[in-house]
Order: sequence, then C-alpha cells, then structure tokens
Amino acid sequence: MPIDRDDARRVAHLARIRVDEEDLPALASEFNAILGFIEQLREVDVRDVEPMTSVTPMRLKRREDRIAGGGIAEKVLANAPDAREGYFVVPKVVE
Amino acid sequence: MDGLNSLSISEARDRLRVGEITSMELTQACLAAVEEAAALNAVVHPTPDLAHEQAKAADARLAAGQAPAMCGIPVGIKDLFCTEGVPSQAASGILAGFKPAYESTVTSRLFEAGAVMTGKLNMDEFAMGSSTETSVYGNTVNPWKSGDTELTPGGSSGGSAAAVAADLCLGATGTDTGGSIRQPAAFTGITGVKPTYGRVSRWGIIAFASSLDQAGPMTKSVRDAAIMLEAMSGHDPKDSTSADIPVPNFEGILTGEVRGKTVGIPKEYRMEGMPEAIDELWASGRSMLEDAGATLVDISLPHTKVALPAYYVVAPAEASSNLARYDGVRYGHRATLAQGDDITAMYERTRAEGFGDEVKRRVMIGTYVLSAGFYDAYYNHARKVRALIKKDFEDVFAEGVDAILTPATPSAAFPLGQKFDDPVQMYLNDVFTVTVNLAGLPGISVPAGLDPDGLPLGLQLIGKPWEEGELLDFALAIEDRAGFVAKPKRWW
Repeated sequence: MPIDRDDARRVAHLARIRVDEEDLPALASEFNAILGFIEQLREVDVRDVEPMTSVTPMRLKRREDRIAGGGIAEKVLANAPDAREGYFVVPKVVE
Repeated sequence: MDGLNSLSISEARDRLRVGEITSMELTQACLAAVEEAAALNAVVHPTPDLAHEQAKAADARLAAGQAPAMCGIPVGIKDLFCTEGVPSQAASGILAGFKPAYESTVTSRLFEAGAVMTGKLNMDEFAMGSSTETSVYGNTVNPWKSGDTELTPGGSSGGSAAAVAADLCLGATGTDTGGSIRQPAAFTGITGVKPTYGRVSRWGIIAFASSLDQAGPMTKSVRDAAIMLEAMSGHDPKDSTSADIPVPNFEGILTGEVRGKTVGIPKEYRMEGMPEAIDELWASGRSMLEDAGATLVDISLPHTKVALPAYYVVAPAEASSNLARYDGVRYGHRATLAQGDDITAMYERTRAEGFGDEVKRRVMIGTYVLSAGFYDAYYNHARKVRALIKKDFEDVFAEGVDAILTPATPSAAFPLGQKFDDPVQMYLNDVFTVTVNLAGLPGISVPAGLDPDGLPLGLQLIGKPWEEGELLDFALAIEDRAGFVAKPKRWW
C-alpha cells in the first residue's frame, strides 16, 4: 500500500519534524522508494523464527542499587539553549 | 623525505621508546599536515592546544620508561565521540555548539594510554551515510583522485579514513553500524576493524543504532590496528552491552600464521554487475590465503540478499528512538519561536532546522516501521530475518570455517555527488559489510590492490565472535602478500 501525502504528514508529525505542505509529495515518494526496497523482506519465510533481541548471548549485569554520582547540576545545564535558576526552560506546557 | 607524520604507529612507537624522536616533534608534524590539508576537509575541529599538552605529558612518561604502545601517538577522533570541552556534534547542526562535560570511554582509554588527540574528524551526520556528504561541515574529499575527479572517501567515517590516508594522524577512531569503518578504509587504502559487538564500550559515543554500533581503529597497517584495538577495548560498567571478558594482547599474539585454517568463500557475495577489478581482487585474495597455507572452501550464506533491507528497518527504527533526545531542551540547537508557539512547535521546528535530509529521512522511516499497525509487518519481521542472518554465520563456523573472505565494497571510491540524490543506490554500498553488524561479528578491511584507475581496493575478512586476534592474523597474511604500499599522490 503506497504512502500518500496524508501518511507522510502523519509520520512527520509522529517524528516531530516539521515538513512544509508543499514538500509532502516528494517525501511520500522517497518513502515509497525506500519501503519498496524493504519489501524484499517479504520473500523470507520467518515462520517459527524468534525475533532477535540480543546479537550476542549475554545476561545483563546487575549492580548494587546505590547513588554513584550527582551534584553536577551546573554541568548538566551547561549546554542547554535556555536554563535559568537551575532548570531547563521550555515554552509553557500547561495552561 | 617524508615527514614524521607518515610513520605508522608501530614505527613511531619504536622510535619514541628509544628516544630517537619525541611525541612533541611527531605531534607538530601532524598538526602542520592538518593545516596544509584544509582542501580535504577531514579535520573539522583541530585541537592543537590539547595536543601540545598531551604530547608534553607523553614525552615525560616516555622518558620515565614503561610507556604503553599508544603513548605519544597522535590520533584523530571521529566527531561522534564525546570529548570533554571539545566540540562533539556528530557532524549535525542540531548539536551546534555542544561541548560535552565528559569524555567517552574509548577516548578516555586512549588518553590513559598516552595517545595525543590532534582534532575531531568529519563524518556523515549521525553516521548516516556512505560518502561523508551528509555532514553539516561539508563533505570530506578523498586524498586519492581519479584524474581530476574528486572522489568520496566513503562514509560514515570518511574524515577518519582521509586523515589517516593523508598522514594527518597516525591512526583514527571510527564507528561502524553497517560498514562505516570498513568501506571508507577500503576507499582510501587503509586498514579498518569493526570489532565483535560488545568488545568496545559505546559509552559517550553519540548513538545511531545501538544494537549495531561498534567503534574500532582505522590505521596504516594491520599491526597498528592490533595495537590501537587493544587500547580501545575492554569491559565498561557504563555500557551494559560491553562484554566482561579479557582483552588479548592483540599485537603480542599477531603472527600472520594461518596454515591449516579454513577460509569460507560465500557464493552469495558474487554480485551481478560487479566490476571485474573487484572479482580479480577477490581471486587474488584467495590465492594469497592459499599461499599462506589456508584451505579454501565454498560456503553459502543464504540470507545475504535480504541483509540490507533488514538493516534499513532495524537501523532507522533504533535511530528514530535514539534521536528523539534532540528536542532543543537540553543541548544543541533550539529554533527561534514565534509568539504563541507551543512545545510541540518547538520540537518540530528545532528538529526540522537541526537535522539534515538523510537524518530526517531515516528518523521518519524508523518512526513509520515502529508505528502502530506496521510494527509487526516491518520491525518484528526484520528482527526475525536478522536472526536467520546470524544463523547463516553460526552454521558455517560450526562446519569448521575459521574466517570468511569477501570484497569489502562493490566498487572503488566513486565521484562526490554521484549517488547523493538516490538513497537506495547509496545504501547498496554496504552490501558486503552490513551482514557483519547484523550478526555482531568482527570484520576487517585490508587494502589489497589497485583498480585500473589506480584507486585502492580492500578485501574484507569476517571472523568468529571474540576472535579478532585470529582475524588480524588472516589480515596480516593478506597484507604481507599483497605488498600494498601505494599512497595517494599529494595534490592538496
């Protein structure tokens, strides 16, 4: 099922990337080219195959539940586009 | 006479240790070479002050004796690695101005071993690309030329490849998600290693596709790769996927001895329309390994053909999740907001302004394949195909194959701009390398010949998990016999 302009608009919004209305048809056609390429996957019979969850068999390490750092608020905020009084600043979220 | 910057790591190490040269002299030779090589656009943030400071410390350590092999060696660092106080922006506009407050584990390890950083290196934006043309800094130019045509150094570690090939540093770090170390190494006549997934810590490396990403060395020789790989490797509590197993002394165990070992030649890597030069290179690689006493066997990796499509589901899916953090709140670029713009508008405008086209494309494809209604059809299906690809390799290793020999790339370096407008054509560059990432295996690209236009070509060897040492022996057997000594003619 090819992707149309509405699908492209929906995906762009889900990805939180603004795309101008006039650019949507070109974007949809790019998606279709890439998804067409991906369609080859359908040729593979994957019945009874478990989807891969980890490329190397490994058991994730456990560690002691204790604080290992902190107290570096200044460093955390150092690269923020807008920070005031020890907080990140964003446009108003709740009216 | 060539300058000190043209030395290999092992040669420089030997001369540093006997006091024949100093790290400061070596570092200055590299920094001068960087200054003269602006036309390559390989080094995007030179760090001469830091380099001088580190070289001075390395010289003191060398004078005291017992310095590690990387002590005093000038290296370049891909812009994907976070380096404390030094711009680290993954060649993206969205990380403009970002200076990390911390050091990646790999660079920490290299610095602890005494390595000297000369600068940050160009790459495709967020490592998404095969030509270093998606960089916010502009493309890197390959030091090798075909006539007057400017060529791509490959990607995404194109700046690293060009910097090593042009002797701007003795070695460089790269990262490889689908071929991003091995393809540019092949395009520039150098050696590049993609280690087993989990061998090298990913902590502090800006994430692209976390289940595929692995950092590795890009060097002028196989011996140098062994030295630098050892310095980069090892368990890191800060990366839960890094393996807690001992790191061999890769240089110490390097012999180039492969007598009695078995090398698989996968029939699926014989692609239709492959240039004759690639076919010939592959054949000569087979003869070299036979000459070294290895036995060649024909093998089949039946799911090779669907590796790229699987990759172009899995990698964008993971990227869309990893790149969700670039929202204009904590670091990097934030769009200037109009009156009344809410937080969603801030996200959408920031990401539209900050990301380049290829990154947007992949984030949106990833979003699509993970979205409700498509998750099973695309993402889960691709993960099942990935399991089959891994099993292909396990089966041949179980039959007694020790390593697999293939071409590294389907062509030599191509002209800048040639594939830029066709994403799928660009993706096909990784056809021989991407299976290795999907299966989590180690792979190495080693220069083995020149094509009729005088451009370098690489062979790829694929090894068993955690057997980088054995893989380096195969690579050395090729290097010894290929006698590849060609260097790009200097035009920059």
